[in-house]
Amino acid sequence: MHLVLFFIFGGLCVAGALNLLLQHHPINSALSLIVVMTSLAVLYLLLGAEFLAAAQVIVYSGAIMVLFTFVIMLLNAGEEQRTHGSKAAYVVGFPGAAALLGILVYIFLKQRDHLGSARIGGYLVTTHDLSSVLFRDLLLPFEVTSVLILVAILGAVALARKEH
Amino acid sequence: MTSSLHLWLIPIVPFAGFLVNGLLGRRFPKALVTTVAWVATLIPFLHVLNIALHFSSLTLPYTENVGTWITAGSFHADFAFALDQLTLIMLLVVTGVGFLIHLYSAGYMAHEEGYWRFFAYLNLFMFFMLTLVLAENFLLMFVGWEGVGLASYLLIGFYFTKDSAANAGKKAFVVNRIGDFGFLLAMFLLIAHFGTLSFSEVFGQISQHPEWQGGFLTAIALFLVLGATGKSAQIPLYVWLPDAMEGPTPVSALIHAATMVTAGVYMVARAHLIFDRSPFALSTVAIIGAATALFAATIGLVQTDIKRVLAYSTVSQLGYMFLACGVGAYSSGIFHLLTHAFFKALLFLSAGSVIHALSGEQDMRVMGGLRKKIPITFWTMTMAVFAICGIPPFAGFFSKDEILYQAFVSPNPIGKLVWFVGLFTAGLTAFYMFRLWYLTFFGESRAQEAAHDDHGHGHSHGVHESPWIMLGPLVILAILSVIGGWVGVPEALGGHAEIDHFLSPVLQVAPEAAEGGKSLELLLAIVSVVTGAIGWFIAHLLYFAKPELRAQLAAKVRGLHSLLLNKYWIDELYGAVIVTPVLLVSRYVLKGLFDTGVITGGGLALGYTTQGIGSVVQRIQSGNIRSYAGWLALGAAALLLLTYFGFGAHLSF
Amino acid sequence: MVPIAYYLVLSAILFSIGVAAFLIKRNIITVFMSIELMLNAVNLTFVAFAHHWHQVSGQIFVFFVMVVAAAEAAVGLAIIIALFRTRATLNVDQVDLMKL
Repeated sequence: MHLVLFFIFGGLCVAGALNLLLQHHPINSALSLIVVMTSLAVLYLLLGAEFLAAAQVIVYSGAIMVLFTFVIMLLNAGEEQRTHGSKAAYVVGFPGAAALLGILVYIFLKQRDHLGSARIGGYLVTTHDLSSVLFRDLLLPFEVTSVLILVAILGAVALARKEH
Repeated sequence: MTSSLHLWLIPIVPFAGFLVNGLLGRRFPKALVTTVAWVATLIPFLHVLNIALHFSSLTLPYTENVGTWITAGSFHADFAFALDQLTLIMLLVVTGVGFLIHLYSAGYMAHEEGYWRFFAYLNLFMFFMLTLVLAENFLLMFVGWEGVGLASYLLIGFYFTKDSAANAGKKAFVVNRIGDFGFLLAMFLLIAHFGTLSFSEVFGQISQHPEWQGGFLTAIALFLVLGATGKSAQIPLYVWLPDAMEGPTPVSALIHAATMVTAGVYMVARAHLIFDRSPFALSTVAIIGAATALFAATIGLVQTDIKRVLAYSTVSQLGYMFLACGVGAYSSGIFHLLTHAFFKALLFLSAGSVIHALSGEQDMRVMGGLRKKIPITFWTMTMAVFAICGIPPFAGFFSKDEILYQAFVSPNPIGKLVWFVGLFTAGLTAFYMFRLWYLTFFGESRAQEAAHDDHGHGHSHGVHESPWIMLGPLVILAILSVIGGWVGVPEALGGHAEIDHFLSPVLQVAPEAAEGGKSLELLLAIVSVVTGAIGWFIAHLLYFAKPELRAQLAAKVRGLHSLLLNKYWIDELYGAVIVTPVLLVSRYVLKGLFDTGVITGGGLALGYTTQGIGSVVQRIQSGNIRSYAGWLALGAAALLLLTYFGFGAHLSF
Repeated sequence: MVPIAYYLVLSAILFSIGVAAFLIKRNIITVFMSIELMLNAVNLTFVAFAHHWHQVSGQIFVFFVMVVAAAEAAVGLAIIIALFRTRATLNVDQVDLMKL
């Protein structure tokens, strides 16, 4: 059961990612990315991270991707042009990416037995548990992130302002 | 225990004079330059006189250590000065004759450009020479040795705008360097075998090992001889001395007659303990000395420049000193050094006076009839000529005779041979010195009307006697040339050989021979006087009584005459055999191949390679984000590989 | 009962697709989206390991990654807008003034 769910939503992730790769119009890529994120949320649920699943849907799909969509609309981005700026990207980059994939998959599959298995409900982190760690032991980083967000807001406003 | 004699003052005061005159002299008035130079030479002379007067109350040998110089592992060398009888004689010669020549130069160089430069260099020379003589170890002596070579170069090339003078300076320096190379090798061998360069330690070690004979001591001695032949102008390195006459006459007098060229003889005498252990080296020295004496005398027979004759005469007399050392009669060699300093300096200075009188003329063929016109110069030069020809009771007779006697009675099998060569050379010496005498002072004046400006004087106001500042030193040296030999009158001739006894603690003079020896000595003395007289007579005949004989003689021996006049073409030989190949190798192999090809080429290659690599690597900076991303991905994969399979390979999960 | 390794392999696949998309796409917004994809892949890895080691710190990490990703997205898009205003293009190949 768990395996079936994993394969369905895992496949959806990969399909969405590939679609992002293959589409020409950015809005299509954005929508595919939303699919990926939502599927990832389900996978988080399967791994027992209920708060993160919710956060993924709300923050990532619901806010960040919407932001992306707004910008695409704002800038009236059209279909991608077919320019060839650099050969290095293909000549050097693809082998690099392939190597990355290859090495990682090899390592993970080699250590498969050491890593054990996941069970649904094997390790459930409730929002309560997460927040008690976050607000007690890691209060300082938490507050610093709020400063970070503030800085980001200010930066975004300053950068995107119309020049007078 | 003697209190400190402050020996270090003796070299330092002239050095201070050099600094003052060298740095500030350009702006001084001439009188101030002269005063500085005279004071800088007078103070050492007075100090040396003071030491001489109290000499008997000193404990000898006296050494003074001014400071540590080198301490490297087991090798140790200090700035140490030493005083013993030999040093004292050298000091008296250098400071005394040096001071007289400083006096003379003030008059002779009075109208020269660069007056301050001359005296600065002269003081510098005094500093180095005094360091050489006072040094307590070979290393400090070498400093002085090299330094006098430098001073010689600077002074020979004093008229640096003249090509011939500049070339002569360079020649002197380069030829000296070859000799210095020998000295250096000797020092290296000394360090290797004795571990020290200090005189007292080296000689002490040799004394303690009477079984050390020949072998490495011969090697050391021969290298020292090479150095000495360079500095003292012996065969094969004498070629620089005749050319050195390009320098001003006081320079020729001081450096190339009385002091610097005697440094080689001094060094051999100082290191006599090494030479005594190597009969081979001693024979070499004797043969070189005798050969040089004869060789130079033959060339001097036909030279026409008055200074050239004196230059070859110097080479010849130095040969006598070497001869003396070669047969083991070191104190006789030093005695001849002493008397030679007097009469050779006098010869040069009075030649300078003649040249000054004739406003720069140096060619004897256009001199003549000067006897009545410059009488004081004439009489002083006559004293010197008599002295050098070995006429009793003048100075040269006693010293030269002592050398010839010691050669004759030497146990060395070549002793009689070198005695004969020395005797024959004495005859030649008398001939060419009296030839010079007659040509310069007697007969009708052959001087041309136009004044030659060879020595830089801008005036020509007839033949006139020199000023008293120049004549004074001449008179003093003439007196010394007469009485200077009386400190070494051998017992055979009624004297007490004071100088031999004086030097015996240092030079281990052989005891006087038995009665039979005395009459032998008397006989030999008579033989050498007769030889000198024959030489005088022939010169009298050819240059005064019957001058027409000369033309007849010249016709018969034209080939020989040409050979002698061209100095046996030795300079040309050296040029073809040594100088030209070295120049060719330098120009084409070292410059063309190594300098241009390897070194410059290597540098250029490095530069171009860097440029090439740079221009290739530059292309990564394309400004394109995607290419950056590509390289990033590659780098990440490499890092991952390295972490899992490389460094982190020992980690287990 | 799914082996953790499968989750990790999935995340590796997503990551490399993200890298490939970065290399291929020319629209700058799409490139940015591929960065978000890579970040999500890493998030999945963190959660998987959190489940494996039974530790909550993996999930805390994800939390912070999300925050940072959000901030980064905001600022990055602002930069893209500013870029579009000056260069009037969204093509990555035409934004290459910083070359040697």
